Amino acid sequence: MDFSTLIFKAIFLFIILLVTLVVAMYSTYAERKVAAFMQDRNGPNRAGPFGLLQPLADGLKMFMKEEIIPLTANKYLFILGPSIAMTTALLTGVVIPWGDTLTIGDHVYSLQMADLNIGILYVFAMVSIGVYGIMIGGWASNNKYALLGAIRAASQMISYELAMGMSIIALVLTTGSLSLHDIVAQQHGMHWNVFYQPLGFFIFLICAFAETNRAPFDLPECETELIGGYHTEYSSMKLGFYLFAEYVNMFISSAVIATLYFGGYNMPFIDQLGLSSNAVTFIGMAFFFIKIFAFIFLFMWIRWTLPRFRYDQLMNLGWKGLLPLAIFNILATGTYYFFTSLK
Amino acid sequence: MIFLFYLLSAIMIFCALLVVFSKNPINNVIYLILCFIAMAGHYILLNAQFLAVVHIIVYTGAIMVLFLFVIMLLNLNKAIIIRKSTVTRISAVVTGGIFFLVLLAATRQTFEIKAKYPFNSEIGLVSGIGKTLFGEFLLPFEISSILFISAMVGAMMFGKKDA
Repeated sequence: MDFSTLIFKAIFLFIILLVTLVVAMYSTYAERKVAAFMQDRNGPNRAGPFGLLQPLADGLKMFMKEEIIPLTANKYLFILGPSIAMTTALLTGVVIPWGDTLTIGDHVYSLQMADLNIGILYVFAMVSIGVYGIMIGGWASNNKYALLGAIRAASQMISYELAMGMSIIALVLTTGSLSLHDIVAQQHGMHWNVFYQPLGFFIFLICAFAETNRAPFDLPECETELIGGYHTEYSSMKLGFYLFAEYVNMFISSAVIATLYFGGYNMPFIDQLGLSSNAVTFIGMAFFFIKIFAFIFLFMWIRWTLPRFRYDQLMNLGWKGLLPLAIFNILATGTYYFFTSLK
Repeated sequence: MIFLFYLLSAIMIFCALLVVFSKNPINNVIYLILCFIAMAGHYILLNAQFLAVVHIIVYTGAIMVLFLFVIMLLNLNKAIIIRKSTVTRISAVVTGGIFFLVLLAATRQTFEIKAKYPFNSEIGLVSGIGKTLFGEFLLPFEISSILFISAMVGAMMFGKKDA
């Protein structure tokens, strides 16, 4: 790795971080606007034009609030909880291919921080570590509601990780690679994986909802039963970190879904336009972000449409519905490739 | 590289010692998790990316979550001091010492093993592991999968109330 690549990577990493945070910030605004639209209200419209400065005002409010750590809480773990939640949420972005290659001078730079040959599994590992943020925070609060929320979150995430992993196995059978770069490159020209793995896509989508703790799977923070769930005792920016990590997770999981099943930065008919490679890269990147925003909107649409699951319904869906379906999907995919490879 | 190796090893040994000496069960589990993460770092230094990530998913992400889960449910947040009789203590020291001797003898052999099997940088990648498991070790691999299924069925039998 030469010096210019290193500089490029450093700048690129900073941009990814910035974009992730800004998108997550404006997702909070979008969420409130979408909710308002669905409930026939105006939503935030006081701070700035169309209420566009609302996220900044919210952030400022979070920083200015008094910080309270309960006397009976375990102080170190109480602070560790939100830190883990935020860190693992941000770490996933480094393996996602945000665009094709960029040519500056005679150097070709890849718009992906790290092309690990086990990219999908890395995403999966970060998701599985993310549970600790909620569990440790919920336990350290020394509050029974927080503990119940944490236990619900952990059992929900473990249950849905299984079906998610199984749907990824079927995807890997079709692509033959675990590297996100290869998976996106293979989907060039409308060969999107969603057409080859429709069942796998639905399972993955549902599990993504459950993993990000979004409605209808938001039992861990179910306010009618558990006050605030695992963040009951949190205040100030530590609460902000938990809430913000949820939006970062939503952004990243939308990006992962778009990468795995909807062709990533590939745009149909882009080759016919006859543009230079840099222009293709930028248009592809813009198209990738359009896909991501579409999924973020889907997340919000479902949140404001469906009521919350009951706990036994959640477990039944995970273990008796999605897991057998995912195993069937693997069997069907495996059989199909076995017989097509015989010819 | 060599600096990273020493750093990771230092973190690992430090965390492993704290797992043993820390009195609070929750802290024990968290130090064990840190120890596992440092171990995944060692795998990455050996170019075994697949092993590293699977190690994190299985041990850190699944097994240790269950450990933490049980400790939280039992609410073991107070330090526990267990007093054992002198006979038990002496026998524990003797067993531990013998085990240490066995490990020491095993590490003495590593130089010969290293000479016999030179380091293959592909061994920890997906294709390397897949070819080894489904080629050289196919039978043991399949038999262990039967073992897993029987363990799962056994766990379900225990879980059923009227069994």
